[in-house]
Amino acid sequence: MMPLLSNATAIFGKEVRTEFRSRELLSSTIVFVLIVVVLFSFTLDTNSNESRRFAPGLLWLAFLFASSLMMQPCFLRERTNDTLSALRSSVSDTFAIFLAKIAANALFLLLTELLMLPVFAVMFNVSFVAQFPGILLTFFVGSLGIATAGTAVAAISTQARMRELLLPVLLLPLLAPILVASTEVTVGLMSPDPFMQWKGIGFLAVFDVVFLTALWLFGEYLLEE
Amino acid sequence: MAAAAERKIGLQFEKIEKRYGSVHALRNLNLAIAPGECVALAGRNGSGKTTLLRVASGLTRPTRGSLSFPGLVSDRPPQIGFVAHATMVYDELSAEENLLFFAKLLGVSDRQARVTELLREVGLTERKDSLVRTFSRGMRQRVAIARALLAEPDLLLFDEPATGLDPEATDWLTEHLRKHRDQGCTILMSLHGQSDMARLATRAVRLEAGTVVADTRSSATLQSIFSFAGG
Repeated sequence: MMPLLSNATAIFGKEVRTEFRSRELLSSTIVFVLIVVVLFSFTLDTNSNESRRFAPGLLWLAFLFASSLMMQPCFLRERTNDTLSALRSSVSDTFAIFLAKIAANALFLLLTELLMLPVFAVMFNVSFVAQFPGILLTFFVGSLGIATAGTAVAAISTQARMRELLLPVLLLPLLAPILVASTEVTVGLMSPDPFMQWKGIGFLAVFDVVFLTALWLFGEYLLEE
Repeated sequence: MAAAAERKIGLQFEKIEKRYGSVHALRNLNLAIAPGECVALAGRNGSGKTTLLRVASGLTRPTRGSLSFPGLVSDRPPQIGFVAHATMVYDELSAEENLLFFAKLLGVSDRQARVTELLREVGLTERKDSLVRTFSRGMRQRVAIARALLAEPDLLLFDEPATGLDPEATDWLTEHLRKHRDQGCTILMSLHGQSDMARLATRAVRLEAGTVVADTRSSATLQSIFSFAGG
């Protein structure tokens, strides 16, 4: 267990260091979400109660599209110098690679969501400050689910020829349960009488655990040549 | 390297077959490499040299057959240093950061000292803080070699190590390999055509269509395997 965590921590540190050095992934994803949120706000009357009910769904849809952009390079850039082979031959358990990639992707997605939340609140005229802890929890379990499924699909699609097309085609339907559950919880938190839907949070947590377990059991085969 | 020499291991391929879809990369390949041997693989493009090295490194699982490491005394996995076509290091990290990162993954004790020693050995001490993306091909190859040597490997695998190197860098690499060979490290390397590196080999094996077609330890016939391979 210790080598697994030690390896995962080292790879996570490398992912964060290289991303904050280049800022390629974060900047492009933030700009993408910003554009989508602004475009959505143009198409709806953001002062109506009806649009405020739809707004959390649109926000999560923007996050989902952004995630398909964000997940693509996580294994693809390891192909440039065949560093994935170096990682595979250096770690004692390939699950460490997945754990690190999932943690890094979840962190980057969470950062994007937190940066976009105030913009979204202003554009759609919704208040989130009082419910921030609940929203943060929803973003966390939702992002973890997106990152777990996304990292698995990115590993599969990296080996395919039509990889740029394959990832969103596989990922978006797979993330439909996350979209539904996260939206429902966020709608509850942003309603005039806010409430926390623990059932939704529980569903998201189960989704995360199921995908993490599947990756732990079968992840090795996804990275094989 | 002394530690590696003390725990010499060999390499035994038995009836190895590797298929990629309908393409047979390796066919019923049998090859036994004794501990301490320096074996050069020759053969045309597509003859199976790279696949054989990747199978030996454990990165590619053979479709059939088995791979074993004679001389491996404990139940720990063999330490294998692999230098492939690609450098297997991160362009966005410095030479030192790359080596420290892989040293941590490999569980190398006293990482900083080992990395400093290897940077000195490959002549990159002065550029240790520079990002690898700013390096020439030869310098990248030096980082790749340092990475492969981090865990004091029992077995060294080189896939056409001189590709893209200028004569000076090739000379440096040849001398470096000679040092490891003389220390008793088992080496398997694929080479393209005759070169100074071929002269390091104590044995040459020629592959064709994924199988061994010639195998010699005789210095008289060793060079002919490369000339016959057609570069």
